[in-house]
Amino acid sequence: MLEAVANGLLTGAVYGLVALGLTLVYGVLHIINFAHGALLTMAMYAAWVCWAVFGLDPYVAILPLVPIFFAVGYAVQRFVIMPASQGDDNNILLVTLGLSIVLENAMLAIFRSDTLSVQVPYAMEVIEAGPMLLSFPRVVGFGVTLVVALVLFLVLTRTDTGRAMRAVAKERTGAALVGIDVRHVYAVTFAIGCACLAISACLLLPSFYVNPRVGNAFVLVAFTIVVLGGMGSVPGALLGGLFIGVVESLSGLYLGDSLGQLGIFVIFILVLLFRPTGLFGARA
Amino acid sequence: MPNTILKGVTPSRRALMLGAAGALAAPAVLRAQPAPIKLGILQPVTGALAQDGEYGRIGAELAIQELNATGGIKSIGGAQIQMVFGDARSNPEGGTAEVERMQAEGVVAIVGGFASPICLAASQAASRYDLPYIVDVGVSDQIVSRGLRNTFRFSPGAASITRAALDNLVRLNDAAGKPARTVVLVHEDGLFGTGAARTMQAELPPRGFEILETISHPSPARDMSNIALRIRSLNPDLIIPSSYYSEFVLLSRTLQQRRIRPKGIYAILNGAASNFRFVREFPEAANLVMDVNHWADPRKPKTTELRRMVEAQNRFWLFNVPMNYSAVMLVADALERAGRADRNAVIEALAKTDGSFTRHIMPYGPTNFVNGQNQAGQAVNTQIQNNDVKVIFPTEFADAQPIFPWPAG
Amino acid sequence: MKDRQLSLILAFAGIAALVPLFVTAGTWLNFAVFTLILCLAAQGWNILGGYSGQYSFGHAAFFGTTAYLTAVLQTRYGISPYAAFAIGIAAAAAVGWVIGFLSFRSGLKGSYFALVTLAFAEVFRVLANASEITGGAAGTLIKLDVRPENFQFASRGTFFWVVLGMVVLAMLLTRALERSRLGAQMVAVRENEDAARALGVDALRVKLAAIALSAAMTGAAGGLYAQYFLYLDATIAYGTWISVEALLAPIVGGAGTVFGPVVGSIVLHSLSEFTKSLVGRIPGIDLVIFGIMLILVVRFPPRNIPGLIRRWRGTK
Repeated sequence: MLEAVANGLLTGAVYGLVALGLTLVYGVLHIINFAHGALLTMAMYAAWVCWAVFGLDPYVAILPLVPIFFAVGYAVQRFVIMPASQGDDNNILLVTLGLSIVLENAMLAIFRSDTLSVQVPYAMEVIEAGPMLLSFPRVVGFGVTLVVALVLFLVLTRTDTGRAMRAVAKERTGAALVGIDVRHVYAVTFAIGCACLAISACLLLPSFYVNPRVGNAFVLVAFTIVVLGGMGSVPGALLGGLFIGVVESLSGLYLGDSLGQLGIFVIFILVLLFRPTGLFGARA
Repeated sequence: MPNTILKGVTPSRRALMLGAAGALAAPAVLRAQPAPIKLGILQPVTGALAQDGEYGRIGAELAIQELNATGGIKSIGGAQIQMVFGDARSNPEGGTAEVERMQAEGVVAIVGGFASPICLAASQAASRYDLPYIVDVGVSDQIVSRGLRNTFRFSPGAASITRAALDNLVRLNDAAGKPARTVVLVHEDGLFGTGAARTMQAELPPRGFEILETISHPSPARDMSNIALRIRSLNPDLIIPSSYYSEFVLLSRTLQQRRIRPKGIYAILNGAASNFRFVREFPEAANLVMDVNHWADPRKPKTTELRRMVEAQNRFWLFNVPMNYSAVMLVADALERAGRADRNAVIEALAKTDGSFTRHIMPYGPTNFVNGQNQAGQAVNTQIQNNDVKVIFPTEFADAQPIFPWPAG
Repeated sequence: MKDRQLSLILAFAGIAALVPLFVTAGTWLNFAVFTLILCLAAQGWNILGGYSGQYSFGHAAFFGTTAYLTAVLQTRYGISPYAAFAIGIAAAAAVGWVIGFLSFRSGLKGSYFALVTLAFAEVFRVLANASEITGGAAGTLIKLDVRPENFQFASRGTFFWVVLGMVVLAMLLTRALERSRLGAQMVAVRENEDAARALGVDALRVKLAAIALSAAMTGAAGGLYAQYFLYLDATIAYGTWISVEALLAPIVGGAGTVFGPVVGSIVLHSLSEFTKSLVGRIPGIDLVIFGIMLILVVRFPPRNIPGLIRRWRGTK
């Protein structure tokens, strides 16, 4: 029981990190990014390539991958999503959907359908904490997620870019009027979202696997977390992630994993129906 | 990574050239030049089942290549087999659409489908044209119970596989002095996992086993720690999982991590337990896992040869390869006996297939079709020993002794 | 102008009805039937999404409900497939009404509404996969028994006509709706709900009518799917694929227009078929091209093509 809770918290943290990118993009751009899962898959393949081709440990691979995915995210928003959608929300939806089809199948074409994984000595290490056995990669994931969330929070509250992002999130036209380059802010937000995905990918890979469809496993859960935490809220995404992790863990323990999944959706619907601003959400 | 792509392409190009060279070398072909016979190969090579589809295609290609290099269909003037490939896109509509296309291209038969839903829809679509359809893997018992005269399955169905799984488990346990009594079932919540688990729930208790719990999980699953924790608290003698590749790898690695060591893992139609990728990449987690599954006959020399060819392509030796290879050989055998590339003649010939069909490499007795189902088709028990997949049951096909219960430590 | 729309519908029906007489190849008929079934699903989405402005991501909930009822009622309870089909459509409308009631009462709109519908469809999928009556994960197989009284036809052409009839009926219904009071109220709610309410429009009632009608149409597509492919499982019936299919076509072809879903379905499926024909040895490449084309279609929507031509002519 205690171990299930601890395990849920650790797993939930990584969910939270995946959801962080999604909630940020939603909060600022007000779009549902369908390509989020495919981008996560792409990041996981990138981490795998770092390991298989360049011999980089997935944790070390965070260093090159974060700037690369920041750049990718910036470019995707600036040169694909924005021009193709011309600012129309419905078009954005279609474009991100198209993007996810392109990315997922490009991965299939390049890497074929085989499930790939990395073999690192610590993948199955456990840390003994009292009576509990905690998975080492999960503990690392938990720690890194907390650091990333903190950094992100500081960026949002303490830097000009962060302030600009929040301004655009609240009032797009007003922000543009006071001289904020809205398109740049959008692209930066998307880029940060992708950078978060790169980190998530590196944290997941040691104890998980990658195939062209792996991102989908995390997307619905990420959506639930985003809703639960309040769309656009960084602490909300983190808390939501931890909460979902624990719920999944406990319901998995008592109901079996399949119906445990149902629990997530039911929470999702109930939150939407009765508290659409999210359980921890400040702003809608 | 680009290297792997090149490696993937080169052998098939070489294969093409080999085929061409074979055609040139055979004088009969030069003289007669009968029209090539088109054979439809249907596999899901995109979408969720892409991996299985890929390997199925490899098996079919190797068979066609071999047939063409050894003089084609001799009773039809050495006619060559020409593959018409269709991507079933991992869903029934995709399968149906490709059957229609193959029909338009004039194939004489269709082999493949892999997943039961695809096989069900595709064989039905093919039945409209009396087009012979040979299921490669799909185990659903509905496939051969619809009275479709065009549909044949060389491999065993779910009911027969689970029966074999149960009987062999009892024998295995008895031979070891009944070390196992309590069982936890772990299954994926789709068609095959649920079906297998349901049969186990009904059949294990009368055979003296106690089911402590049945745990289902979705595919894809994100995490197996909860299941592992549950298993540890239940402490069963035996774990019986039916899951796809990724989930079982995750489960067995998690069990290893959590230091959970039952007396045995006895998988049924598992995606990983008879998979060399698993054995190569996680030898410790894979060691001594048992499985009831499709597997090639290890004692046939052809099996070894084919396995070497597949591994030379830098691919793993999965059951999809020998199953599709054998299914294509079955069609070739029927064509040989029919003497003409006519669908009805092929259907009749297929139905009459008997023990003289020996070009397959499955561990089956003499072929005998009843209502489209090969009665001799059977699953075998495998166990991962010394980084290899060995057959441990039935004894007449076995190439190793079972190691059960697992030695402590 | 108004008569032009009617004559366009009739012209479409007339030309399309001739297809089976000239196209006998199963490949093309099968393609056409499947496209039309999805077109019907898209027309359903168009009522709620296009006219009333409520974007649903969970039309699978309706598609699957009719599909399962059509299949299960005839295989388990021996009810005539036609009656099962009708019951299924009514049930889909009811499901739509309930989901609508819950969501609209809570004031969900925009992305929130989209997400809640998605979640409802997923709940249905998980339940259908686990429950006994749907055949669980093994799915439901309708017995192949080709007789008109079984809603199964020897020729794909006959089925084509049946589906085409439904699609044309949906077009006529949409057209009638467009010029009805309810249609006007739906558009008013879409454009500005508060303003509409201020003018005395009962927004909740209008949205509920829209979702029920919408669900019935998409449900009909599900029933036809079941009768055509004769096999269903939870992923087919309630999977996200059909929700996406239902919303893609109208948005591409023009949401909130009578012809949008039809144009969109034909464009998208022709594209997909075209890219499939380009497929090489490497799986996935065709879908990459399809995805790129989808993005391009969004950038240069077909609904603008007449405008573009006009502009091009004008500049000349």
